[in-house]
Amino acid sequence: MTHKIDIKNLNLYYDEFHALKSVNMVVGEKNIIALIGPSGCGKSTLLRTINRMNDLIEGVRITGEVFLDGNNIYDPGMDLYELRKRVGMVFQRPNPFAKSVSENVAFGLRVAQFKNKKKIAEIVERSLRAAGLWDELKDKLNRPALDLPLYQQQRLCIARLLAVEPEVILMDEPCSALDPIATMKIEEMMVELKRNYNIIIVTHNMQQAARVSDLCGYMLLGEMIEFNKTSEIFTNPRDKRTQDYITGRFG
Amino acid sequence: MMKLFSEKSIKKALTVIAFSAIAALLLIVVFIILEGLPFIFKVGISDFLFSSEWEPQMGRFGIFPMIIGSLVVTLGSMIVGIPLALSGAIFLSEFVPRWAMRIIKPTIELLAGIPSVVYGFIGVMVLAPLIRDYLGGPGLSILAASIILGIMILPTILSISIDSLKAVPQSYREGAFALGATHWQTIHMAVLPAAKSGIIAGIILGLGRAIGETMAVIMVTGNAVILPKSPLYSVRTLTANIALEMGYATGMHRQSLFATGVILLIIIMVLNYTATIAIRRRVGKK
Ligand SMILES: Nc1ncnc2c1ncn2[C@@H]1O[C@H](COP(=O)(O)OP(=O)(O)O)[C@@H](O)[C@H]1O
Ligand SMILES: [Mg+2]
Repeated sequence: MTHKIDIKNLNLYYDEFHALKSVNMVVGEKNIIALIGPSGCGKSTLLRTINRMNDLIEGVRITGEVFLDGNNIYDPGMDLYELRKRVGMVFQRPNPFAKSVSENVAFGLRVAQFKNKKKIAEIVERSLRAAGLWDELKDKLNRPALDLPLYQQQRLCIARLLAVEPEVILMDEPCSALDPIATMKIEEMMVELKRNYNIIIVTHNMQQAARVSDLCGYMLLGEMIEFNKTSEIFTNPRDKRTQDYITGRFG
Repeated sequence: MMKLFSEKSIKKALTVIAFSAIAALLLIVVFIILEGLPFIFKVGISDFLFSSEWEPQMGRFGIFPMIIGSLVVTLGSMIVGIPLALSGAIFLSEFVPRWAMRIIKPTIELLAGIPSVVYGFIGVMVLAPLIRDYLGGPGLSILAASIILGIMILPTILSISIDSLKAVPQSYREGAFALGATHWQTIHMAVLPAAKSGIIAGIILGLGRAIGETMAVIMVTGNAVILPKSPLYSVRTLTANIALEMGYATGMHRQSLFATGVILLIIIMVLNYTATIAIRRRVGKK
């Protein structure tokens, strides 16, 4: 049986620095996976191996395999651009483009050389609706996205992903720049999105991991210490180090 | 010593200096206008602006050919300079490693410091003969001036464009790559829009330099007061008109040169103003 994502013995080096150490992780369909762990333990790095964003960084060396639907994305023949359409990413700080609201959402379509204006408008509306932004922004479609408040910018970045219908959505601390109410809205949205998408979220907020995720991985110093059902991780951790972390005895 | 220059007195001194600088500039502008404007009304605005006859000794003061000359040469320099500067800036900021930039950037800025007479000299000695031999015409022409000016404004536009491209946060690039964009798509769909206002600012500065340039232009345009029919024609610009004739102009003639200055001033102001508005309008749009 093939899994949605299957990470096997993954090692990553930033030049000499060993940032991911033999990481293994198996993800099924339509789950929310949370990655937790202290700052600098390699959560973002692991996330970015799944859409090969680390390829953009000089001096990165990777060994091991990451299978997406049974295909190793590190195979030499892999089409990076195709991969990144299938595996979308939301960043820590909202990063809408210096374009209008609707052009931000249409960006992925333009990248894919979509020309049909009517179809684009339709997809823009559908994506904004899915991100819960349509009612707030339908009269502001031509306004610069950078004028929006941060919480709308972040949801716009999610809408921008939904437009290209990825299979997996990677989120790197998507709420760290947001207030609690905006955070709650994003979390509600994630649960909604789970019906159609696989989501992997990095968070430093353990309550958030406990609230939204089905599976949870605890990382420390580049190692995946424990990867299990979220309920198990939080109520019955196998590893002493996980226990220390979730009970707050760590950092 | 330090006590003498207390906070307050330094502030006062700076205020005085700042105001005298502004006052000096205003005075120059007022002086030019006072000297030039009455002349324009005496001759008549439309005669001055739209007549093609410039014979100051005969009392004919039409600067239309010079207005066209200035505009055409400036436009030409933009056509030569902007594509070169933009593609250069994109290449240097996106594809050249950091250590190489540390050498290239100061070199470009050094080019901005070359005196215009040197550019003009190269234009006269090298470019004009080439144009004359291969394309025909007198050689000293709109084409020669456009190329020379285009190269002269290159460092300005290039350097400012590189700075604004470099200032685009890495997160924009990552956002585009994460949506499956290629490097080129990322540049022209995500990075350029974000750097646009800075690039336009650079172009405006270049524009100002091109339209105000005098020495190189005198040397390579040929300075004929005619309406050009092709880029191979000689022209005379507004700046050249003032510089060439001020040495011996008296009376009405002298006033007419001030009036030429007024027109030059207005053209530059209008260009700057529209460009500034264009920046405000386009930032974030599209
Ligand atoms: N571009 C990089 N170059 C070198 N080292 C890096 C780079 N990015 C991250 N690191 C290092 O890799 C480790 C893991 O970083 P990261 O994945 O960002 O951690 P986290 O997201 O868990 O806070 C850290 O020690 C960090 O200093
Ligand atoms: Mg991180």
